[in-house]
Amino acid sequence: MQGVKQKALELLTGGKADRVLGWRRGETFYDPTPGVFASAEEVERDFVFDAFCGANLSKYLIALDRAEGVTAVFLKPCDSYSLVQLIKEHRIHREKVYIVGVACEGMCGYDALMKAGIEGVLSFEEEGDALKVHTLYGDTVIARKDALLSKCEHCKSKRIVTYDELLGEQGDEVADSGRFDEVARLEKMTPEDRFAFWQNELSRCIRCNACRNVCPACSCEKCVFDNPDSGIRNKAAADSFEENMFHIIRAFHVASRCTDCGECTRVCPQRIPLHLLNRKFIKDINELYGEYQAGADFDTRPALLNFQTGDCEPSIVHVRGGERA
Amino acid sequence: MSVKTDWKPTIVAFCCNWCSYAGADLSGTNRLQYPANVKIIRIPCSCRLNPMFVLRAFQRGADGVILCGCHPGDCHYTTGNYYARRRMTLLFSMLDYLGIERDRTRVEWVSAAEGAKFAATMNEFVATVTALGENRRLEDLRCKA
Repeated sequence: MQGVKQKALELLTGGKADRVLGWRRGETFYDPTPGVFASAEEVERDFVFDAFCGANLSKYLIALDRAEGVTAVFLKPCDSYSLVQLIKEHRIHREKVYIVGVACEGMCGYDALMKAGIEGVLSFEEEGDALKVHTLYGDTVIARKDALLSKCEHCKSKRIVTYDELLGEQGDEVADSGRFDEVARLEKMTPEDRFAFWQNELSRCIRCNACRNVCPACSCEKCVFDNPDSGIRNKAAADSFEENMFHIIRAFHVASRCTDCGECTRVCPQRIPLHLLNRKFIKDINELYGEYQAGADFDTRPALLNFQTGDCEPSIVHVRGGERA
Repeated sequence: MSVKTDWKPTIVAFCCNWCSYAGADLSGTNRLQYPANVKIIRIPCSCRLNPMFVLRAFQRGADGVILCGCHPGDCHYTTGNYYARRRMTLLFSMLDYLGIERDRTRVEWVSAAEGAKFAATMNEFVATVTALGENRRLEDLRCKA
């Protein structure tokens, strides 16, 4: 989408924003990185917006909120949920950001290209609904829907919750995204199989903390895991308990605030499906305390910061769930 | 899982200061018996129970963790146990999702007048956990003697 770069230039030169938060050219074509641009020259040189700009920019606004002036930011629909959640938590002032909503048809990832057997990729071009990929072994074409990031496969919404201006069309929530199908499949397994599944996934964790660092909800000034007395070491886990502990607590800390943007899974170098933990909490909250989507509006209370006198008892977990371990 | 006949589970009971701790005290003064392997940890309110405490208890060798607090509506701080209720529901559900035996965790509301209920709950919970055997899925071998 060429209009995005144009818009970035326009905002900077027109004086509407003091800086622009966007995507900077990465080392390779498939990893554009979040970047702050203060001048038109920088934008001309480094700004990109293409099918691989999956990164969610909301979190970086927390730091920029302390800078003087207004930051302009480009937000895809799911990123706008994260921003609204952060505004709700008083981490970002709405008046300090100028939001340009960007319509999104799903972003692409390198993993999907590899899965499709495309190797030695040098560069790519966008051609309508397809990507034309130049590789060492010649050109090949892949449909955009086959090259999606895992987080985009079950898109929950194409609605941009809040914006100052819009590039492209405003969309709607996706009613049948099927994003809980995988969670439901796991719930139906026997506890033994579930335990084996999660041991297999979580034991790959190298505790690089990428999931924590990229997560918009994980934005505490001081993190519980940086405390040497937290019960887990800060380097690679020495015991399977540490992985369990780290991932349960991390998922719990963002429970009812997680907007399901899927960044944790996108950045995991070990390909752990971390979003399945967050989605389990979202699914439980939806089922037990009523439908709730974090970041969908400015005034509802998150489920864990709220209660009803008639809430179900914790024993419901013992009663409702299938087979016993 | 084979269970040694002389093996006794370690149970950690988090009790709220205002109701359940007094309830435990009452069961003691009434000379009601409950197993000695229940270790009570007093917390100011059931809401004080950080989910991390539960995991930490399992790490340090607990085989079962139970939270006791005031009945919903009777919280000394008015609403603490309502929040605790939601948190524990989600935490237990998550542990179950990860394949950890859900019968190792429980929440029970025990008032200061319910000494008998406290003893009965503990007897029942210890029996359940004894039947499950040792906690193997959420243990930290470095913390085992």
